[in-house]
Amino acid sequence: MKPPAGKSDRKNFWRLACLLLAVAGKTFAATPFESAAALTPQNKIDELVFARLDELHIAPAQLCSDPVFVRRVSLDVTGTLPTAAEAQQFILDRNPDKRRVLIDRLLALDEYADYLAMKWGDVLRIKAEFPINLWPNAAQSYHRWVHDAIRDNVPVDQFARELLTASGSNFQKPPVNFYRAMQNRTPTGIAQTVALTFLGERADQWPSNDLAQLAVFFANVGYKTTAEWKEEIVFFNPASTNAAAVNGSTLEAVLPDGSTVKLSPDTDPRVVFADWLVKDPQFAKNIVNRAWSWLLGRGMVQEPDDFRADNPPSNPKLLALLEKEFVSSGYDFKQLFRLILNSRTYQLASIPQSSDPAAVANFAYYPLRRLDAEVLIDALDQISGANEKYSSAIPEPYTFIPDNLRSIALPDGSITSGFLEMFGRPSRDTGLESERNNRITAAQKLCLLNSSLMQKKIESSRMIEFQTSSNRAPADIATGMYLGILARFPTAAEIKTTQDYFQSGVGKRQAAVDLAWALMNSTEFLYRH
Amino acid sequence: MSTNYFDFEKQRPRISRREAIRRAMFAASGLVLANHLSFKAYAAPRNARAKAVIQIWMWGGPSHIDIFDPKPDAGYDYCGPLKTPIETNVSGIRIGELLPSLAKQADKYSIIRSMTHGNNGHETASYLVQTGRQPGGRIVFPCVGSVVSLTKGYDAGYKGLIPPYVVLTEPQGRFDEAGFLGSRFKPFATGGNPAQMPFAVEGVVAPGITDQRQKSRRELLHHLDTLAQALPEDPQIAAATQSENMAYDMILGDGAKVFDLSQEKPEMRDRYGKTKFGQSCLVARRLVERGIPYVTINYGGWDTHKENFQAMRRQLPDLDKGFATLLQDLSERGLLDSTIVWWGGEFGRTPKVMWEAPWNGGRGHYGKVFSAVLAGGGFKGGQVIGASDARGEEVKDRPVYPVDLIGSIYGQMGIEATTKLPNPEGLPTFVLPMPEDGIKTAGLLKEIMSA
Repeated sequence: MKPPAGKSDRKNFWRLACLLLAVAGKTFAATPFESAAALTPQNKIDELVFARLDELHIAPAQLCSDPVFVRRVSLDVTGTLPTAAEAQQFILDRNPDKRRVLIDRLLALDEYADYLAMKWGDVLRIKAEFPINLWPNAAQSYHRWVHDAIRDNVPVDQFARELLTASGSNFQKPPVNFYRAMQNRTPTGIAQTVALTFLGERADQWPSNDLAQLAVFFANVGYKTTAEWKEEIVFFNPASTNAAAVNGSTLEAVLPDGSTVKLSPDTDPRVVFADWLVKDPQFAKNIVNRAWSWLLGRGMVQEPDDFRADNPPSNPKLLALLEKEFVSSGYDFKQLFRLILNSRTYQLASIPQSSDPAAVANFAYYPLRRLDAEVLIDALDQISGANEKYSSAIPEPYTFIPDNLRSIALPDGSITSGFLEMFGRPSRDTGLESERNNRITAAQKLCLLNSSLMQKKIESSRMIEFQTSSNRAPADIATGMYLGILARFPTAAEIKTTQDYFQSGVGKRQAAVDLAWALMNSTEFLYRH
Repeated sequence: MSTNYFDFEKQRPRISRREAIRRAMFAASGLVLANHLSFKAYAAPRNARAKAVIQIWMWGGPSHIDIFDPKPDAGYDYCGPLKTPIETNVSGIRIGELLPSLAKQADKYSIIRSMTHGNNGHETASYLVQTGRQPGGRIVFPCVGSVVSLTKGYDAGYKGLIPPYVVLTEPQGRFDEAGFLGSRFKPFATGGNPAQMPFAVEGVVAPGITDQRQKSRRELLHHLDTLAQALPEDPQIAAATQSENMAYDMILGDGAKVFDLSQEKPEMRDRYGKTKFGQSCLVARRLVERGIPYVTINYGGWDTHKENFQAMRRQLPDLDKGFATLLQDLSERGLLDSTIVWWGGEFGRTPKVMWEAPWNGGRGHYGKVFSAVLAGGGFKGGQVIGASDARGEEVKDRPVYPVDLIGSIYGQMGIEATTKLPNPEGLPTFVLPMPEDGIKTAGLLKEIMSA
């Protein structure tokens, strides 16, 4: 963190800021998490969500406060905690349009691409070894390709098309790894993966005939090895025996919407399918629903990858609106994020105003979610200045893992650490969103409360060293730590608690360590809120 | 309650036509799981004797020919310098010469000398041996420890503070123990080293932090947990509070004491050997004594590609002391009858020694035939099951596939083959594979199972 340069400036600055906040806190809102600003619809999302809530007689939460917003949007868009300086700058910024400005700034950061590549890496199962077996080099090149597509905001229809129609070497043509990153490479297995990834549907629940029909489009996918170690070519194989088994002698195929298409023996049927897919409304629905669930904690259709006739969206008009907006923007993913992030719906506080059980499915508040394993360890390391140590169990070729690599930027699901495993990082075996497990367990609590890992991080933290250096008063220490760890200023009551603890005779350094420990174990730190 | 395989057919979920055809084809082929009827044998004994498992996992693949399946007549190119196996306290059973203490306990265990699966990759073979499934299927199955954690753990009335599945000291890493059951069924890995004082169990014992400080900073945490105070009704926070209480019961309550080896007499600690493995065996005994149903001792160092015989001379005395004392101690305390001890790794090692550089007397991976040992929990001791050929290269008699061994353990524990394993895709998955899954079997180990 970067406080103002001069020592006395710094002190005055903190005091002033504290005072402002303490006053603001008392005057406007009941908690430091809510804002008293009026809840007026900001865009069409809000109109549809608020109308639905009105229908159900559910009161929405209040708008979230600025400190909550800066932390929330940084975590949701970049998987990264704001620094103390960023938090402070945003909180004190008087520009009424500052939330929109922040959203645009975050969407332009590298961390946005890192974090979204992690999300897509889960969906696409980017993992070197068992049971997916992409192999290290291919996992790296595939991740790089996905990352760059996200960074460059490649339209999602084009992204999907490239994944579905690619042919070539797993090293040279990264998107071919889509067809390698699955345990079952039969035409039926591929069809199931395609349906899950791009339609958000569980094809094994379809009538079996439908699945067989979709499999026809993948009957000519061929795989062959080369003299290069662990290189594999994915190609269009007109002579595939799979094709005969799946299609029989006909060259007709039926698309998931029921329409029949003619296949010619010299055209790759994957191209025919991809052309259809990206124009199918379900493709866009799947993408917008995933994006929504990534930001709001649950899909309009929940689970987000389980579209079924008997699992309807909680707000069909909202799903239709986002689908329409997404298609008309030219499948612009950043624009979709921007639309959602600027809504008041996204910006609601996490403190519900209604105990109606339907509140959460109708987005009446922002639900608490434990930080993802990768985001949590990165946040702990950001505060403490430590680096997580990763390892890959793959014997050879050895994977080079740079020291300062952040967990959200890990290219390969086989590269891992004890912490990531314990905190429910997905194994990337199936591509299901539910593979990620963010449920808190006693073992996780033991790790956070009392492990040598946490102890070392806190003891060696540069922030604590800085905060306890010179003659900083407990109130200043509290302010610095609150900004660095929780991205907000402490309340008057919190300052009082801190001062009491510092005066309880435990010693300054130990009191500071315990304060950092307490904040890093607080609900506010461990959860998105 | 279903008590045999055929009853179970009725309670199957609906399956697709294609799936039905596939299953019918397998059933007709008769090639695999041919005698799956033998699973009837284990129609969940009402009073299953085994309540716990201690798994000594010989990570890397221990050399069968140097340990429990000596072949002194095969000559120097097979035995190297370890050519004089020793008699045990069961007449007719001889084991490797570096295991004098285990030789005195042979009446307590049975040796399976005909384990086989034919897979020579560490990861895939580990998966095979610990799940009984072929790798590369659509989903990843849980290993025995996770299945026991599911069927004997918190959802089945287990109330201990210590999680029901513990690994000493590091998790397996090469494959995900819990598979599709998810992280809740992964083992609690202690970290630390039980041969050091204190045994710094990760998260439980924090050297240098007094109980008083633990309490005062916990109080500070509660005072400053402003968001939790603003959300008294939130289910996430309720779950977190429950987990936190459990954690503190471990840190400040009885949980930590089970790992405190200073509560054992020094003579007892010495008997096990003051090595990491020996003391892990002692901790394992303390854990099963307190009702933890599954403990894995993850014991590495057996991937002896190079200088195998030096490694055997260095490591087998530790194994011998720890394992033999564990059996004796469990028996003396009356715990052996209710505790299965399962020893084994993912495969054996090439019987023919590679004398040439760079191996210099090494042995490679060998999944075609290898050994495992079972003791306690109602398994008969003093038996040898199956045999390898004169050079330990092929199964000669009574093959035992991983699923046979695993199924026998489940049988002794009263875990029914038909217990459903919940998986995220809603597929019909059960504790043991179905015939149509195409898993090779030669039947349960009825030779040594309790009737």
